[in-house]
Amino acid sequence: MAMKRDQCLKVLARHRTNEIVVAVYMAAQEWVQISPSDLNYTFTGAMGQGSSHALGIALGRPDRRVVVLDGDGSLLMNLGSLVTIGNAAPANFIHILCRNGTYETNGAVGLPGGEKVSFTGFARDAGYRKVFTIDTLDDWERQIGGLLREEGPIFVEVRVEPGDKYPEDFARLYAVKQRDAFRRAVLGN
Amino acid sequence: MSTSTQPATTTLRGADVIAAIKRAGVRFVVALPDRTISEKVLKPMLADPEFKVVQVCKEDEGISICSGLYATGHRAVMMMQHTGLLDSVNALRGVAMEGKNPVCMIVGLLNKGQPGVAPKDSKAYGVRIVEPVLDALGITHQLVETAGDVEKIAPAIENAYATQTPVVLMIGTEPQ
Repeated sequence: MAMKRDQCLKVLARHRTNEIVVAVYMAAQEWVQISPSDLNYTFTGAMGQGSSHALGIALGRPDRRVVVLDGDGSLLMNLGSLVTIGNAAPANFIHILCRNGTYETNGAVGLPGGEKVSFTGFARDAGYRKVFTIDTLDDWERQIGGLLREEGPIFVEVRVEPGDKYPEDFARLYAVKQRDAFRRAVLGN
Repeated sequence: MSTSTQPATTTLRGADVIAAIKRAGVRFVVALPDRTISEKVLKPMLADPEFKVVQVCKEDEGISICSGLYATGHRAVMMMQHTGLLDSVNALRGVAMEGKNPVCMIVGLLNKGQPGVAPKDSKAYGVRIVEPVLDALGITHQLVETAGDVEKIAPAIENAYATQTPVVLMIGTEPQ
């Protein structure tokens, strides 16, 4: 089973309070429209790097919850970051993996490994405190509030598929002026 | 054991490198070990309560972690070997340069050769191409291999943060 990704993100947006959200690729394109905020960080610059940017942010602001909306293709490019995050063990780190099984942005070609790969297994063995898999919108709606309050680092795999189409705007995702707005928002000036 | 032939007065000292990094206001260190700088720079930093050291599995992670720290108002340095720098070219392109992140890198030039041998004249191919690659990327770099070179470190870090640009400080010899 799988959820429509935009529906999944809309549920997260309803539960969002003051969390910093780091998002990559398709989730980022949709998230900046579903939950616009200067506390959205989409300036990851290179595929796979979202979780690492999020770790830096989480270490820099341990008083704020940091949610990363990662992709499965992205995470495959930076699997070592799971070990780095597990070792650093930031209590404010919530790693959400939008698992769709494809490189959706680059033509929806399937991922190597397919269903055989256990991302939750990787995360558990890398030292994340808890791991979860959620594949229905009802379960997501029921659990997200508690997940956002869990002591991290936690890893949540959500099974998603494309929902409504959202316009792509990579220039917006990587705009330095937006990053500087994020900095001002985080630093309180 | 030292491989340096420098006179004692010009010998690069790890403690001086660390002090210069502290003078620049850096308290986060992101690192993968390089034989050139592990013993006298990284290991003391790991034991120094003034530093928070984040050990990474791959160097491009570190470039992004430093950027995340910058976004929250913190200064950091990324320590690595020149091979890791070469492995991170896409992150240097997209995260550091296009993203205008002041990623400050302390890069050990393993096997460069004796102090005084310029990186471009090294017998090691991997060392010889470091500066041309950085020049192609448009990334500022400086060589640190004598006691006097330590004075370059803090201003280079200050300038990186003032201009939102990355900088590479190449450690050309094993500090003592």
